[in-house]
Amino acid sequence: MMARTLLDKIWDAHQVCAETESTPAILYVDLHLVHEVTSPQAFSELRARGLNVRRPERVLATFDHSTPTLSPDAQGKRAYVTAEAEAQVAQLETNAREFGVELHGWGSAHRGIVHVIGPELGATQPGMTIVCGDSHTSTHGAFGALAFGIGTTEVGHVLAAQCLLQRKPKSFAITVSGKMQRGVTAKDLVLHIIGTIGVNGGTGHVLEYRGSTIEALSMEERMTVCNMSIEAGARAGLIAPDATTFAYLRNRPRAPQGTAFEKAVAQWSMLTSDADAHFDREVQIDAAKIRPSVTYGTHPGMVTTLDALVPAATNAQERRALAYMHIESGKPLAGTPVDIVFLGSCTNSRLSDLRAAADVLRGRHIAARVRMLVVPGSEQIKRDAELEGLHEIFRGAGAEWREAGCSMCLGMNGDIGQPGQLVVSTSNRNFEGRQGPGVRTVLASPLVAAASAIAGYICDPREFLSEAAA
Amino acid sequence: MNPFTHLRSRSVVLAHENIDTDRIIPARFLTTTERTGLGKSLFHDWRYRADGSPDPDFALNKPQAQGCEILIAGRNFGCGSSREHAPWALLDFGVRAVLSSEIADIFRGNALKNGLLAIVLSEGEHLYLVRHPGIELAIDVAQGFIELPDGGRFSFELEPFARHCLLSGVDQLGFLLQHEREIGAFESARMEAA
Repeated sequence: MMARTLLDKIWDAHQVCAETESTPAILYVDLHLVHEVTSPQAFSELRARGLNVRRPERVLATFDHSTPTLSPDAQGKRAYVTAEAEAQVAQLETNAREFGVELHGWGSAHRGIVHVIGPELGATQPGMTIVCGDSHTSTHGAFGALAFGIGTTEVGHVLAAQCLLQRKPKSFAITVSGKMQRGVTAKDLVLHIIGTIGVNGGTGHVLEYRGSTIEALSMEERMTVCNMSIEAGARAGLIAPDATTFAYLRNRPRAPQGTAFEKAVAQWSMLTSDADAHFDREVQIDAAKIRPSVTYGTHPGMVTTLDALVPAATNAQERRALAYMHIESGKPLAGTPVDIVFLGSCTNSRLSDLRAAADVLRGRHIAARVRMLVVPGSEQIKRDAELEGLHEIFRGAGAEWREAGCSMCLGMNGDIGQPGQLVVSTSNRNFEGRQGPGVRTVLASPLVAAASAIAGYICDPREFLSEAAA
Repeated sequence: MNPFTHLRSRSVVLAHENIDTDRIIPARFLTTTERTGLGKSLFHDWRYRADGSPDPDFALNKPQAQGCEILIAGRNFGCGSSREHAPWALLDFGVRAVLSSEIADIFRGNALKNGLLAIVLSEGEHLYLVRHPGIELAIDVAQGFIELPDGGRFSFELEPFARHCLLSGVDQLGFLLQHEREIGAFESARMEAA
């Protein structure tokens, strides 16, 4: 048999019908994640056609986007941004009940950002096909699953048929070698990769991250990397599963248990690209050269390092981006005053992200001019962080400790900045107006976010790192 | 879906590269549970000034843009989120075709599934259209070409199944459900293998 990539192997195992010149493949979906924003019209479609959900046991729903991150009041009332947002959440509760879908709602100990809870529950497993009406579904590729975002029409297709019509994407190997420097995180790595291949560099491709640097990353770090594959235009990122993956999944509620787990590991272990597999594109990255990185423009490909000067604009769009950001070429970005710091999102809201930021903030206070929101990715992460006392470190430093959700990443629940404000954000998109009309977003790692909160300006985190973190 | 075979319209140009889905429709308008009525929020933070009045400098607000059904957009249009609200908003506003030198994957798929033509042209052809805003274009979906006012033609390709669905008004969910036997057989084979 011809040498195959990891993408080939997963694709081949899920083809109900192979693609032809005139028709796409029919691809079977193992896990369908659902949230309140992109699903209501799909459930309505099923209702209108008198269809059921074909495999309710393969659907996992939660709400995260439209949900308030402030705690409910004494009467249990939640501060939704609008009645429509509240109705959208209620609609998912109705749909889940009516169609027999497992929903992690307000009563669940596992509600959270859909891309955080899938892995946390062990629902995300190697070799699976995973889809969700959400572009950051690429996150799950960290487990060696082919995971990608779909539109609402396709959400309806998967609900009704457990399948999608898909053309096979091309493969793109991103090989990262070398040891990352102190203060350089998975976020800096993926920002560096996007800056290298460009905001559309991965269009039409699935990115497979490989090499010694990737192998050394924890699962949480791998999720951060795969999460932002879409910011380079790639619908999916992939990392071959290994001992790190298996150790993460062991004993998770939805993972196979006991001997079934050992059997699964034996199968999962075969999910690697063959040594002589052909990739449509390849790029090599030297991890040792990466420095703490941030965005300076209005798309995630406009990346620079904190010790460099802001690059010159190369076209009209970049000039427009710099004008929007009030940032000048040829000047350092470090030192730019910050109004808000947001620690959260499916990119960087996991326990290790909170620990990293807390390590910087411990015994310090954020600058008087700065507001800092810390939004854990899930109820589980919130509980775990509180057990460790991280919430006290954040509160003691003057930050707000919020309920789990997407929050300021896309600002659809009312968590937004004011026009002109600058947000240092651990999220994934710095598009114009993403965090509120006129708001300027600088994407950064949790370390840069925490250091900038203390300083009151964009700041290299390395001077704040304890010996333990070094 | 109604068959989509031809479109004749003047063009309107938004030449900016990387017009993301948050630009097309900001997230705060996504709390709806309907597909309709999103046209008023299309390009919201570009189209309207802070006081809510239309910005006369925005291309789609200009008198000559009224009634244009063809949008010529800069490279990498529709990057960002998977929100199908983006094509829904364009269609609700009256746009029926988006032409660019590159269109983001998820947006392109969503657009075609909703009967919004998403056409990728060469850099040179795209640049010509950007430099000639407002010209009348005639798009022939079956033959895969765009005719210019001077009779010149730009050819384009669509994924064959998407083109077939547009031309014949095929219901893609219906098409999938016709494969019930294959889907069932796939599931049974896996159960046995496990």
